[in-house]
Order: sequence, then structure tokens, then C-alpha cells
Amino acid sequence: MEPILTARGIVKRYGRVTALDQSDFDLYPGEILAVIGDNGAGKSSLIKAISGAVQPDEGEIRLEGKVVSFRSPLQAREAGIETVYQNLALSPALSIADNMFLGREIRKEGPMGSIFRMLDRPKMARIARDKLSELGLMTIQNINQAVETLSGGQRQGVAVARAAAFGSKMIILDEPTAALGVKESRKVLELILDVRNRGMPIVLISHNMPHVFEVADRIHIHRLGKRLCVINPKDYTMSDAVAFMTGAKVPPEAMAA
Amino acid sequence: MSSIQEFEKTLDQSDKSVAAFEDRSFLRRIQHFLHSTPAAIPAIVLIFSIIVFGVLKGERFFTASTLTLILQQIAVVGILGAAQTLVILTAGIDLSIGVIMVLSAVVMGNCAVTYGMPAPLAVAAGFVTGTLCGLLNGFLVSRMKLPPFIVTLGTWNIIMAVNYIYSANATIRRADIETAAPLLGFFGISLKLGSAVITLGVVMMVVTVIALWYALNHTAWGRHVYAVGDDPEAAELSGIRVNKVLLGVYGLAGAIAALAAWVSIGRNGSISPSWAVTDYNLQAITAAVIGGISLFGGRGSILGTLFGALIVGVVSMGLNMLGADPQWKVLLTGVLIISAVGVDQWIRKVAG
Repeated sequence: MEPILTARGIVKRYGRVTALDQSDFDLYPGEILAVIGDNGAGKSSLIKAISGAVQPDEGEIRLEGKVVSFRSPLQAREAGIETVYQNLALSPALSIADNMFLGREIRKEGPMGSIFRMLDRPKMARIARDKLSELGLMTIQNINQAVETLSGGQRQGVAVARAAAFGSKMIILDEPTAALGVKESRKVLELILDVRNRGMPIVLISHNMPHVFEVADRIHIHRLGKRLCVINPKDYTMSDAVAFMTGAKVPPEAMAA
Repeated sequence: MSSIQEFEKTLDQSDKSVAAFEDRSFLRRIQHFLHSTPAAIPAIVLIFSIIVFGVLKGERFFTASTLTLILQQIAVVGILGAAQTLVILTAGIDLSIGVIMVLSAVVMGNCAVTYGMPAPLAVAAGFVTGTLCGLLNGFLVSRMKLPPFIVTLGTWNIIMAVNYIYSANATIRRADIETAAPLLGFFGISLKLGSAVITLGVVMMVVTVIALWYALNHTAWGRHVYAVGDDPEAAELSGIRVNKVLLGVYGLAGAIAALAAWVSIGRNGSISPSWAVTDYNLQAITAAVIGGISLFGGRGSILGTLFGALIVGVVSMGLNMLGADPQWKVLLTGVLIISAVGVDQWIRKVAG
């Protein structure tokens, strides 16, 4: 099977610090790939390079075989890569519907839209409601309520639903359960599996080993700015993963690919 | 669906009830109402103040001529307040808006009277001046990443000085304007309906506010203005070009200041560079703040600004008719500002 996204020899330096040192990355269709690594291992630099938030100094990223180089998150988004950031990138005072369509609003048809630039609010509200119900998130009552009146889990749900609604190639989730309680984390994990089951490949960055081992199909372990190895969660224990990630143990085989 | 982990097994027995809305107190409900309807408080205060002065001053206050005179008095500040509202919604502030207006008026007057340019060109020159001043603010805020307060404090002084140096503080007389370019006095034209007198300037104020209300609430640009003021990083990550929005907002505020200049020529008849000593910028900020526009950005309705300007107008007219010391109006304005910000903070806690 051809990977949907590959990265080869990615280098990113910040002044004298090398955050990414010839790092590789592969994401296959329909999988959940977890990315784990100690603090400072370069996980977020890797993810930012893929999502267009930073531009790598060297290396090549291919999306479906074609070389891409994103100069901004917007360009990555236009190419079909949606990212849910840890801070969610939602505007608290705007409504759920406004947030789902922020930056890609739909205008009314006819002269009201083309001349007066009027937004088609009923249509946006309908699509937003459909997307949220598809993912079983319609416990949210009113699509026009401000995001700041939602709970943490509901906000995460809105952000994931937004990514799932607009991402056509892949979704990147950065620490989606970090700020959530037990019950809300469970909901979000189910949501992630649900999105994967619709055929959308997902990159999951997380520090939570139980969550990673529960949902991931493969685990990419990042260490010292490089991909150390990729493991199958069924073959290894959480303590093995932590040992690889911290350098306490060397992975048996350099399964570099 | 997903396999449940050991420590989560007890979740099935957990309490399934979620925060219910039924038992929330009356106060909580008011808070929620105000959170979703930011222009409600200024509207209530406005009605309340009209009633108070109506009761105190009875039939003299409730005449068409008094009420429409209030409108005429607030037209300029109302338009400036609308410009200020745009900037404050992006979590900025524009201290230079008053002097941008004065400089635009002086340019309009000089182009028409001193240089003998055709009136429409003179008006256009004023709009170009105002827009350029606004764009300068926008450039410094969005590209140079300087704080809006500092930027506009600087341009306030710079534009004020340019205004005096360029004009040599010479007043352009009403008679000269009327003969050279009657178009400049266009917004002073009034429509009389009985004893009600509505100037075109008042009409323009209402049109400006409605047009901006439409743009802010029913176009993508307006949603972006709110998003930028709410959380610029989130807006950027959502694909909004924050710099472009900021530049546009400051530029538009400058253009609206030039419109206010045109309206104020209509109201005053003459043009004087020494208008710059009037604290128009502070009056505009006052209208916006009393109108419930949050100084932290992203919250408030521009209709509130109109109500805010009207509140100041009603209070000052009412106290005037009661024969009170004008300082009472200043004092009451101060109280209103602090109350408005206090209420804003309380409404924000709705999320907490």
C-alpha cells in the first residue's frame, strides 16, 4: 500500500538548536498513527513541518506521491491536511456554526451573495448541525451558542468535527485529550475511532500511553529529532515504548520504515 | 466501540446527569441574555435616561425639536464612535481618530477654497487623507507589531502637529465655503417634519451604523473582525489573514473619520484646525464603551455604540435643561464608563 504522506530527511534548525535531524515520516491510508516522544524530541516540529506551520530547512514531503512545500497552515489545509491544535484554534465568542466555517464561509447565492457578500447562515448552520450529528455530538443544543459556553470536551468535539468535515486527505490531532476529564477523554477517543472508521487517516500526538495504545494502529517513536522506530502496539508494552522513547532500551530491530 | 480501559469500567455507573439549565437563577439568566445580546444594556439605560429626564422636564423634553436636536448634536461623535468600534472590536484602540477627522476636514476645505479644486475632488482628497492616516496606523499595528495604544498615541500627536503646520491654524470661513463649494456643507441640509429637524448628517450616522452592523454580522469580513479581536492566534490558525484584517480595519476607520469630517463641516459651517483641541477621540471611545463594546476585543454590537452616543447626548441635554452645572454631565459620563466596563467583566464570566 502506498503511504498517503511521506517525509524524507527533514531538517529544521532554530538558531543553533537542531529540532529535526534527518527525520522520516510515513502515514498510510485509513490508519491512526500515534507520534510519541519525550519533551524536546521534535514531535511538534515534525508535525508543524507537515501542517505548514514551519518550513523545513531540508528534506522532502510528498502528499500522495507529489512533492509539496507548504508556506502556511492555510496551504496545507487547501491541500486537504486539517490540524486540530492543542489550543483548538476556536474563537470563544463566536458561535459553533461561525467557528466551523471560520475562514471558509459560505455566501448566499445570487446578488445578495456576490454584491452584498451576505453569508448564507441557514446553510452553514444546517451543514454544521449535520456534521456534528454524524459524529454523535448533537448533545450540543444550539448551533448558534458561543463556543465559550461549551465544556472542554464539547469544544474538542467541535474542533475535531470541523477537521473531519473539511479535511479530505488526513487529520492531525495535537494532544486532543490532554486537557480533558476521564469521561470526556473517552468521548473524544471514540470520536477519533469513528473518524478513522470513515476512512480518514489520523496522526495523533499524545503523551497519554493508555490512549495511544488503545487507538493507534502504529506508533511512531521520535527521539533526538529523528524517527527512532515504528512499532505495532500489539507487539510491545507501554513500558517498552517509554523505554525506547527515553533511550533506556534500544529497539530490537531498526525497523526504520 | 473502543475497548474500555480498566480504570474506566466504573463509568457506566457514573452519574449521567449533566448541568441542567432549569434551576439556574434569575441573575444567571439575565447574564446569559446579556451575553448573547450585547446591545441590550445600553438600550435599557438609554430608555431609562429618557424616562428620567422626561419625568423631570416633562413636555419640554418630550418635544420633537429637543429630541431631534440631540440627534444633531451626536451625529459626528456617533460616526466617529462607529469607526472606533471597528478598531476596538479587534482589541485595539484608535486615539488618533479625532485628529484624523480634523485634518481631513482641513484638507477638504483647503482643496475647495484655497486651491479652487472642484468640490467632489476636494471631498475625495479629504477621504484619501483620512484613509492614508488610518492605513499608517494599520501598517504600524499589523506589520511592525506595535501596540495600538502606543501607535495611535504617536500618530495623534503627529497628525495634530501636521494639521496645525499645514493649515497655519487658519479658519476657513462659512461664507467662503458656501460660495466656493456648497457640497462641503451637504450634510448640514435639514429636513423639517413639523418641529422635528433631521439633518442629512443624522441620516448619514444612522446609515453608517446600519451598514457597518450588516458588514459585521452578515459578511465573512465581519466575522473575521470579531475572530481577530477574540483570539488572533486562533484566527490565524483558522486561515484568517490577521494582518490584512487589521490593516483594513484601521484604514476603514480612517475613511469613516473623513466621513465624520464632512458631516461636521455641515454641522459647523466653517472649518477650524483648532477643532483638534476637542477630545473627539475620547468621546468616540466613550460612546463605544458605554455602548458595551469590550475593550478586550471581539465582543459587543455596533448598535450599542449608537445607543452609547445617544445616552451621552440625552444626559447632557437633560442636565442642560435642568440648569445643572455642566460638570455633572462629565461626572455622570465617568460613572457610566466604569459601570459599563464592570458589567462587561461580569457578562464575560458567563463562560466560567
